[in-house]
Amino acid sequence: MSGEGPRAPGTVQSGGPAGTTTAERVLAPFDVQRVRRDFPILRRLVRGRPLTYLDNAATTQKPQAVLDALTGYYTGYNANIHRGVHLLSELATAAHDAAREKARAFLNAPSTREIVFTRNSTEGINLVAHAFGRLRLREGDEVVISAMEHHSNIVPWQLVCAERGARLRVAPIDDAGELILEELEALIGPRTRIVAVTHMSNALGTINPIEAIVELAHAGGVPVLVDGSQAAYHMPVDVQALGADFYVATGHKLYGPTGIGILYGRASLLEDMPPFLGGGDMIRSVTFEGSTWNDLPHKFEAGTPDIGGAIALGAALDYISGIGLAAIARHEADLLAYATDRVAALPGVRIVGTARRKASILSFVMEGAHPHDIGTIVDQEGVAIRTGHHCAQPVMERFGVPATARASFAMYNTREDVDALVAALQRVQAVLG
Amino acid sequence: MSLNELYQEVILDHNKRPRNFGRIEGATHEAQGYNPLCGDRVAVFLHVDADRIADVAFEGSGCAISKASASLMTDRVKGCTVDEVRDLFTRFQRMVTAPPDEAVEDLGKLSVLAGVREFPVRVKCASLAWHTLKAALDKRPSASTE
Repeated sequence: MSGEGPRAPGTVQSGGPAGTTTAERVLAPFDVQRVRRDFPILRRLVRGRPLTYLDNAATTQKPQAVLDALTGYYTGYNANIHRGVHLLSELATAAHDAAREKARAFLNAPSTREIVFTRNSTEGINLVAHAFGRLRLREGDEVVISAMEHHSNIVPWQLVCAERGARLRVAPIDDAGELILEELEALIGPRTRIVAVTHMSNALGTINPIEAIVELAHAGGVPVLVDGSQAAYHMPVDVQALGADFYVATGHKLYGPTGIGILYGRASLLEDMPPFLGGGDMIRSVTFEGSTWNDLPHKFEAGTPDIGGAIALGAALDYISGIGLAAIARHEADLLAYATDRVAALPGVRIVGTARRKASILSFVMEGAHPHDIGTIVDQEGVAIRTGHHCAQPVMERFGVPATARASFAMYNTREDVDALVAALQRVQAVLG
Repeated sequence: MSLNELYQEVILDHNKRPRNFGRIEGATHEAQGYNPLCGDRVAVFLHVDADRIADVAFEGSGCAISKASASLMTDRVKGCTVDEVRDLFTRFQRMVTAPPDEAVEDLGKLSVLAGVREFPVRVKCASLAWHTLKAALDKRPSASTE
């Protein structure tokens, strides 16, 4: 480090002959305290203790920028969109369109025509199940899902299969909570019309090899729906690189408000699919003899949307992108590793979900302590985790447990949060003896 | 209210060493109970003889509150008449759903569960066994807290 002059913090210089030094950026440390200051709710107390919020798989907290965007819309330019010729309507329409473009960019979808705003992931999956089902599913056809799915990626398919006389096939998972790819491949056959699989399991934290799954399915001419509810806020998602035909995400996990979700759908498929919900805005013309449909994506957006929600979601996506999902992923990976080590070291604790590729989620059971009791006792210490079947009863069944306790990490969590969790779990063991 | 009042000695004891835990072969009444929100399961078996609960037992997997409540229940209802048990069901429900600051009837040992009122999500854990017992008496196969 001979006198080359001042360097920006976080850079190093690689060696080399004098005059040819290169500055290389090292990964800047993640400033979690800076991030936490953006989330006002983190300052509140719970039962007299600081809030240790570890239920991010259920929903995330919201940064001030998102809250400001929502109130900003309602105080500044609230109006219905698309057809108003007055100023407020123009502003609202422009902001709503801008939010759609942010969603497109966030998922790297080719076009905003392929971005449908929904209420949440569940609605997105229902939309595809019913509309694609009407298009392609006939009696004797098959739908393939995995054994680690959330109920929202099981039940819509059950409903549609029952309606169309089709069959639901389930690709099994192993004891680590990983999808058995050979078994999935074996299930894809001449009657398979769609494969629906999660990008990341909410109960186990497992990250699935989507590119490989898509390759298998596409080899058989079968489209793939990917449930990205958990994945979308823990890792960068590129729907083109993944090759997904449909990808669902939900706003309230993306540090945005509840009531808004994103469905990406390949244009060629969305064009062919009949509408899901009918009503205003999804039509071009209406007569009592018949109606014609609007262009994509409006064909799938009936009625007044959650305009404020979409705008706030746009602000959330901007916020996430400003920090960077790669940086967030690294920070969360450190927390998950630290938490896994500390929690697994507690006597009588078994981690449920030990896939080689995981993110954010730590599910566990504790001998002599039912998850429900664990949850109540740690809540008294200000620690928020989730206990129960996590809308994944088949997963609980697979691992032979009635329920698990689940801690899940987001960008604002710290090692201190993990320490608070562990102290609270030690309290559980003291109380229940 | 402190956690100590919910997880009292008596409750912890009944959770660790549940009374009347097991099946009754040749039960005259039985029912399954399930709390879908948290996965608590209980099965209640009765031997009713001339309108009296001659024997009662339960099996199940669930949280400490649900197990302790089932255990305390079986201890209490053994030997009671069916009418007494139905009355006790109503009084127990009233106790666990009363607002936290309201005075409640003293139900003897069952009163240890009065504290559950301050943890609304857990009330269903305490009442599952009783709902299941009632279903058994009514000759219904199953009960749920929903």
